[in-house]
Amino acid sequence: MDILVKILYAIIAIMVATIWGLTLVAIVRKIYARVHGRFGPPLWQPFIDIIQTHARRAQVSHGLMFYLGPVFRLAGGLGTFLFIPIIYNSAVFGNFSMAGDVLLVMYFIFFGQLGMALGAGEGGHPYSPIGVARGLAQMATFELPFSLAVIAVAIQYHTLNITNVVAAQQGGILNWTLFTNPLAVIAAMLSLLGMNSHAPFSLVKAPQEIPIGPPIEMNGSFLGILQTNRGIFTAAKLVLFMNLFFGGAAHPNIFVALLIMMVKTFSIYMFSVFIGAAFPRFRPEQSFRFFLKWPTIIGVLSVIFIAYF
Amino acid sequence: MEKKYIDEIEKEMKLANEGLPEHERKFFSDARPSRIEPLNKHLENFVNWARSKSLWILAFGTGCGSTELRPLMTARFDISRYGISGRPTPRQASVFVIGGYASMKTIKRIVRSYEQMQGPKYVIALGSCTINGGMYYDSYNTINRIDYYIPVDIYIAGCMPRPEALIAGFEELKAKIRKGECDGMNKYADNFDWYKENQKKIIKDWNMPDYNW
Repeated sequence: MDILVKILYAIIAIMVATIWGLTLVAIVRKIYARVHGRFGPPLWQPFIDIIQTHARRAQVSHGLMFYLGPVFRLAGGLGTFLFIPIIYNSAVFGNFSMAGDVLLVMYFIFFGQLGMALGAGEGGHPYSPIGVARGLAQMATFELPFSLAVIAVAIQYHTLNITNVVAAQQGGILNWTLFTNPLAVIAAMLSLLGMNSHAPFSLVKAPQEIPIGPPIEMNGSFLGILQTNRGIFTAAKLVLFMNLFFGGAAHPNIFVALLIMMVKTFSIYMFSVFIGAAFPRFRPEQSFRFFLKWPTIIGVLSVIFIAYF
Repeated sequence: MEKKYIDEIEKEMKLANEGLPEHERKFFSDARPSRIEPLNKHLENFVNWARSKSLWILAFGTGCGSTELRPLMTARFDISRYGISGRPTPRQASVFVIGGYASMKTIKRIVRSYEQMQGPKYVIALGSCTINGGMYYDSYNTINRIDYYIPVDIYIAGCMPRPEALIAGFEELKAKIRKGECDGMNKYADNFDWYKENQKKIIKDWNMPDYNW
């Protein structure tokens, strides 16, 4: 019975995360539109888009791996999400947090991309391997500063459990990793720019040169699943960052805690959105070089700093 | 019926793909497009509403009319307010805006892109040239009526129509979709041979499969 209740809670948490993630995507479109001097699509546009993609009458498939690509991607998004506690000390939004889950989450962030690479390659369109190659290369480079930041956090709190990391940051804003270990947070936030793939690191989808990259052959429900995953994955990444670096969301009242979660994830997301709205796109080699230079150096410094001082 | 005859009929139903060289034919599909019936009434009404609220234009400018799409996308007219956005690949797009005159070369690409779009798909023909040839009515390398080659849902007359006219056309298309009257995909499948015949009359260097998936 216990596991059934947990599954029910997980489904509720997934629903909330999907809706919040898609709303964030819509808000971001709106912000970009305002920067361009437009009004932008309405807030419910991503939801209608998902219904519309699933409502296509004909769908072209390119074999078994083509089916599995979006499924792996969604599994990656769900896997990332399900092991992160959204709200600290909450039964409903605690998810399946356990010892060592931060390693699992970092694996799942990569897993979806690999699945997508297999599926997109099966499509046979020359642009999708280009997008995949760029995506995986960029991923390998931005994972480096992010991993260093996570290692610094793990050394700092002597744990690999996200719930324990959040617990260690309770009791005031000055206990956040942001203030106790600022170098790690800077490295991680710079890698978040790549993770969210807004400009200047939007080379994976690059609509003008490699028309939207990996999902170019994806149509109908395949694309619908990818878009759903975009909502879940966005929410999962932001919640992970909130938990590791910004004190998590903790409040006895669950609705207040959800509100705290929304405000914090929104603010974290806006960091990459504002940079994305202000800068043009990097070329692949510029982007890789950027991540391997300053964020990595800051990440190494953060590990040294936390280990020896 | 004997199996021999069934096999023969099935063979005749397959597309010949005669434009392709012999050794390449096996790489391409030889199936015809088939008619796909709509869902039941209420479900179809709902998905038609969703389809009309989220139109994805294929970003392929086929003539001078596509210059009118740029002000539509950007700050002055901002078509994303109406749930319309551009998609760079025909696989994901649902609306094909034929931007004005279609030359012999372009009509080949138009047919290819149109067939690759996944239904239900809608076509907006923009400008006088798509209706009767417009100022190119006697040109040797421009087609006169786009309707002979792909099914068209909405015509927007004018040379050039203003972006406002395009927005009005999109609103008209939305109303038609919600009524369930835009069935170009099935129309194309039903009259496939007629459309193919017309296309092959115009396109002399037919070096692609008869139906592009």
